[in-house]
Amino acid sequence: MTTVSGRIGRATAVPGPQPLDPRRIRVEFPVFDDDPDLVFLDSAASAQKPRAVIDGLAAFYRSDYANVHRGVYRLSQRSTDLFEEAREKVRAYLNAADRDEIVFVRNTTEAINLVAWSWGEAFVKTGDEVLITDLEHHSNLVPWQMLCERVGARLVVAPTDATGEFDLAQFEARLSPRTRMVAVTQLSNVTGAVLPVARIVELAHSAGAKILIDGSQAAPRMPVDVTALGCDFYAFTGHKVYGPTGIGVLYGRRALLEAMPPWQTGGGMIEEVTYPKTTFQGPPHRFEAGTPDIAGAVGLGHALDFVERLGRDCILAHETALTDYAVRLLSQISGLRVLPAGQRQLAVVSFNLDGVHPHDVGTVLDQHNVAVRVGHHCAQPLMDKLGLAGTVRASFGVYNDEADVDALVRAIEAAKEMFR
Amino acid sequence: MMDLRELYQDIILDHGRHPRNFRKIERPTHTAQGHNPLCGDRVTVYVTLDGERIGDVAFEGRGCAISTAAASLMTEVLKGKTMAEAAELFAHFHARVTGADEPPLTASLSADAERLEPLTGVKAYPSRVKCATLSWHALQSALKGETRTVKTE
Repeated sequence: MTTVSGRIGRATAVPGPQPLDPRRIRVEFPVFDDDPDLVFLDSAASAQKPRAVIDGLAAFYRSDYANVHRGVYRLSQRSTDLFEEAREKVRAYLNAADRDEIVFVRNTTEAINLVAWSWGEAFVKTGDEVLITDLEHHSNLVPWQMLCERVGARLVVAPTDATGEFDLAQFEARLSPRTRMVAVTQLSNVTGAVLPVARIVELAHSAGAKILIDGSQAAPRMPVDVTALGCDFYAFTGHKVYGPTGIGVLYGRRALLEAMPPWQTGGGMIEEVTYPKTTFQGPPHRFEAGTPDIAGAVGLGHALDFVERLGRDCILAHETALTDYAVRLLSQISGLRVLPAGQRQLAVVSFNLDGVHPHDVGTVLDQHNVAVRVGHHCAQPLMDKLGLAGTVRASFGVYNDEADVDALVRAIEAAKEMFR
Repeated sequence: MMDLRELYQDIILDHGRHPRNFRKIERPTHTAQGHNPLCGDRVTVYVTLDGERIGDVAFEGRGCAISTAAASLMTEVLKGKTMAEAAELFAHFHARVTGADEPPLTASLSADAERLEPLTGVKAYPSRVKCATLSWHALQSALKGETRTVKTE
């Protein structure tokens, strides 16, 4: 197995990314035991699960499970330790300064809703602005749109240019003294464009705005360092990073989290409850009302271990090369148009076949055991801008290699043949 | 898995490429939109009722081969039918594509039901059943005089 082991953070010198061996990695994913010929090209929607996660979840439920932060008995303590250990793994994964800056939520959508409700209602006022990009997933658009409606603020959208490149000048022109929040994706789930988030953070902060980064697509495949980035919030979901569904993460800078009121209230997040008044715990527990997805968090910890064992530098190098290969091959197919993604594209390739609806392409591809996503990819305003009903989207994970792309190309040729 | 040609039969591909009655009726007596939020497909169905009878029916919109062919074939079989006959054909067609128990069909409509039979290949593709029924739902909504957009989700 080609792995980089024994690395401590990114400070340790490593001799460049080692190449991944997807065919050996596949062995760790039981889905391919059942269906060895499956060409799974939908990791941007959700990644498959490695044995370490599946078995880790089962082992936790079998031997270590009880409610957390409640019991005095040893089993509950063990469960609590594993739950908090998972929080520490997330902290390390993002290089956050403090474990208390890591809030467990259900998914990215819930993380963004938490910020839009708790931080948004407290700090965004009438006449203020929230600035997003035209690449956002509905989950990083609708919560802000609703917040703006509630408080009388304005939602401002920064565009990508005709080449699919995020337009920094246009973005800068839309920043104003009224901008309270900038919410951007780090990697578009539609085009695969990688956004220059470090520069975006600088610009947002120099305008006095806070910034939230949607890391749903970036977190599984790029090194992320929230301390170096200096972002205020960072959100990602477990199931895209090879972990279980139902668990996600909100990172928030400690000072911000401490100033935010609770969003959901109830058990587990209180300090003292009396009939006249309740006081609340500090972060992160203030934002984790009710019994959390304990096993989900533990499973996420296993998933992050799995990713770190492969090494995100290596995953990034592998998926970058695979993306380039796919774009090159797909672009050579006559009548096929790849959605432009600007200078830097990663792990996601969207395309359309002239005269063939994405749904029909998807059904033919499925017949060839090639699993892709078709449709608007939860980005309807972007589809409207591009004048498309939808696209066919291939996306990559650590188990994909060039043979998968070749199979995709063959299946596309079959679709062309059928709808000729 | 069944042969893809069971789904994409020649008649489906033909109607998908060259839909019949693919036009706007300028002054319809009834009209409605169908929307499939899953794929973003939209169809507008126009009807001109002549008493109880469908004098003209046409559609516009964008969709996959299945939904376009389904709308096209629907307009072909419905011209000249009464509202009751249209409802009966839809009930029968709906049962055929979803695999539900088929309601009895008036003998005079069996040739029309037969015309729709190539679409029943969607039965094996649950995610595509809505493509085949979207225009029918829109038609039903139009005839009821509803103005809202029919959604499949």
